[in-house]
Amino acid sequence: MASNRPKVEDLHLVNLTKSFDDFKAVDNLSLTIPAGSFFALLGPSGCGKTTTLRMVAGLDEPTSGQIKLGPDDITNLPPYKRWVNTVFQSYALFPHLTIYENVAFGLRRQKAENIDDQVKAMLELVELTTQAQKKPQQLSGGQQQRVAVARALINEPDVLLLDEPLGALDLKLRRQMQLELKRIQTEVGITFVHVTHDQEEAMTMADTIAVMNEGKIEQLGSPVQIYEHPKTVFVANFLGQTNLFEGTVAGIEGDELVVKVKDTTFYVPLATTDIRSGRIILGVRPEKVKIVDQGKTGLPKNQINGSIKLTAFVGVSTQYEVITNWGQEISAFEQNVDPTDLGRPGQAVTLAWEPRHSFVLNPDDDLSAGLDTSWDE
Amino acid sequence: MSIAQESIITKPTRRRIKRTPYLLILPGIGWLFLFFIFPLSTLFATSLQKPAGLSPDDGFLPAFKVLNYSNALVEYYPQFFRGFLYSGIATVICLLLAYPIAYYMAFRARKYRNLMLVLIVAPFFASFLLRTNAWKTILSGDGIVVGFLNSFNLLPQDRILNTSLAVVAGLTYNFLPFMILPLYTSLEKIDPRLIEAAGDLYSPPSQRFWKVVWPLSIPGVISGTLLTFIPASGDYINAELLGSIKDKMIGNVIQSQFIDLRDYPTASALSFTFMAIILVMIYLYIRRAGTDDLV
Repeated sequence: MASNRPKVEDLHLVNLTKSFDDFKAVDNLSLTIPAGSFFALLGPSGCGKTTTLRMVAGLDEPTSGQIKLGPDDITNLPPYKRWVNTVFQSYALFPHLTIYENVAFGLRRQKAENIDDQVKAMLELVELTTQAQKKPQQLSGGQQQRVAVARALINEPDVLLLDEPLGALDLKLRRQMQLELKRIQTEVGITFVHVTHDQEEAMTMADTIAVMNEGKIEQLGSPVQIYEHPKTVFVANFLGQTNLFEGTVAGIEGDELVVKVKDTTFYVPLATTDIRSGRIILGVRPEKVKIVDQGKTGLPKNQINGSIKLTAFVGVSTQYEVITNWGQEISAFEQNVDPTDLGRPGQAVTLAWEPRHSFVLNPDDDLSAGLDTSWDE
Repeated sequence: MSIAQESIITKPTRRRIKRTPYLLILPGIGWLFLFFIFPLSTLFATSLQKPAGLSPDDGFLPAFKVLNYSNALVEYYPQFFRGFLYSGIATVICLLLAYPIAYYMAFRARKYRNLMLVLIVAPFFASFLLRTNAWKTILSGDGIVVGFLNSFNLLPQDRILNTSLAVVAGLTYNFLPFMILPLYTSLEKIDPRLIEAAGDLYSPPSQRFWKVVWPLSIPGVISGTLLTFIPASGDYINAELLGSIKDKMIGNVIQSQFIDLRDYPTASALSFTFMAIILVMIYLYIRRAGTDDLV
């Protein structure tokens, strides 16, 4: 049945808005999710990502805007008429039905043929064949999660929506399921739209990430793009740690922008920004920053002097907190190659990084945006 | 690992732990014996007694008169049948009325939920007898209900009071809360996300109800119907106050045998037969409804 339908279509969200009273949960959102991609909507709680997902599923009605699946407008279709299925946050498995019947549920409602074959194949895909006759509450969290995926996937929807699907699992199982979901997605080739507040999860699984904040998309791109070249302070802070400097443009030297921060000079490739004058926010990830004794030569061009405040050896790396002479704290992560020579607190050091590792952010952003929101769920 | 731990803990104190549950259950057993087993065996003994003389004033003698049972059954089977019929109809009507109310309270009422609960329980603050008597006035010939229905020519007998309709209506009215409350409890436990999930999995509203909500509410349906049917089938107040002589239920017979005729053996035999029939019906009902998770 499902396979008789035309092939998977792109999902288009056009000027989508959802208001609750005077609060805009989703604010004029436009987005195209290409067919067959693994797409993540990433953001803190209350950023509108789940509301967006529920509108695509048909569980919430948009205040305005359109949802299109290929050429078809599905904005006002009830959920049971959309080729979209959801893996719910708490799985929402039917407690009165066996695993087999849970998985068969969608096909039975559509009066499909060969239900038995399809259910068996799907149970095989998620490796639950032996559990078929059990009830959901007899299964572990990870198994229930796989049932939820199988129950949605068996309908071969154009789009599979995953609402924080791994939130209830412990860290180890979550890692395992991330790779499992990625495997399944590659195997079936259906568009996955994954909602999460966990940036690591989004980066591990998705081809494309949309970082959302206050109902809007802050930045859209591949995991590498948005991690390496965040466009806003929110994105820089939300995806991992970052060092930010407020400065002013002092001029252009060759193909680099010269930025003054206090009495220090930094360089940024011109290609990374349109800003040519005035105030500027400069950022660099801690793992790009080299930490060496003062007075060394042959270092990358961007340099700051400071003294070590804190040294933390965490195994894969050593993490330093360094205080600059104007009192700003800067993080630097050094890969653990030869851990015998750890810096001591108070030691005078130079921090250095390549200009191309810097990124430039909107000077009007709040420097603490996205800082305290990542773990509140 | 937990098994190993347990055995380490229980070993030294095993004897005492074994005895404690029995000691704890003792008050309950005492209660059961005093207020259930003892009166019941007395009743059973009475049901087999034979009269000592012609008048009930002569008293009864201990005997083993099984004929009491067959005589009672032969004479009063219409009232048995009528009792179960009226209470059965009332139970079905209760279910049909209560389900939408309970559903509304569980899924839609939000801030009005508690108010509705209070309103449903509120009639209990007035006595059962008083409320049933009030219905006598409401359903009487010059009352509002008859007048209204008559103006549309909807009453073939021109009256409601002293008809079977009034008895069934009274039973329905009196036992409705016993249906609503268990239904509400089991509907309220259903995660609304399950209904959303069913919709997401291609179920139109009717299928969402029949494939998800209804099966998950079965425990409430069973306890509600039992809580309504059992007391309703033994009730005699409604038939007494709202029905005619032709509407007597088995409860009326037992009541008059005990109080008016003082034929204690017959009354006891009727009570026992009634209990036995109810037990068999409940057993068959629960087995059919399949109540693995009826708790």
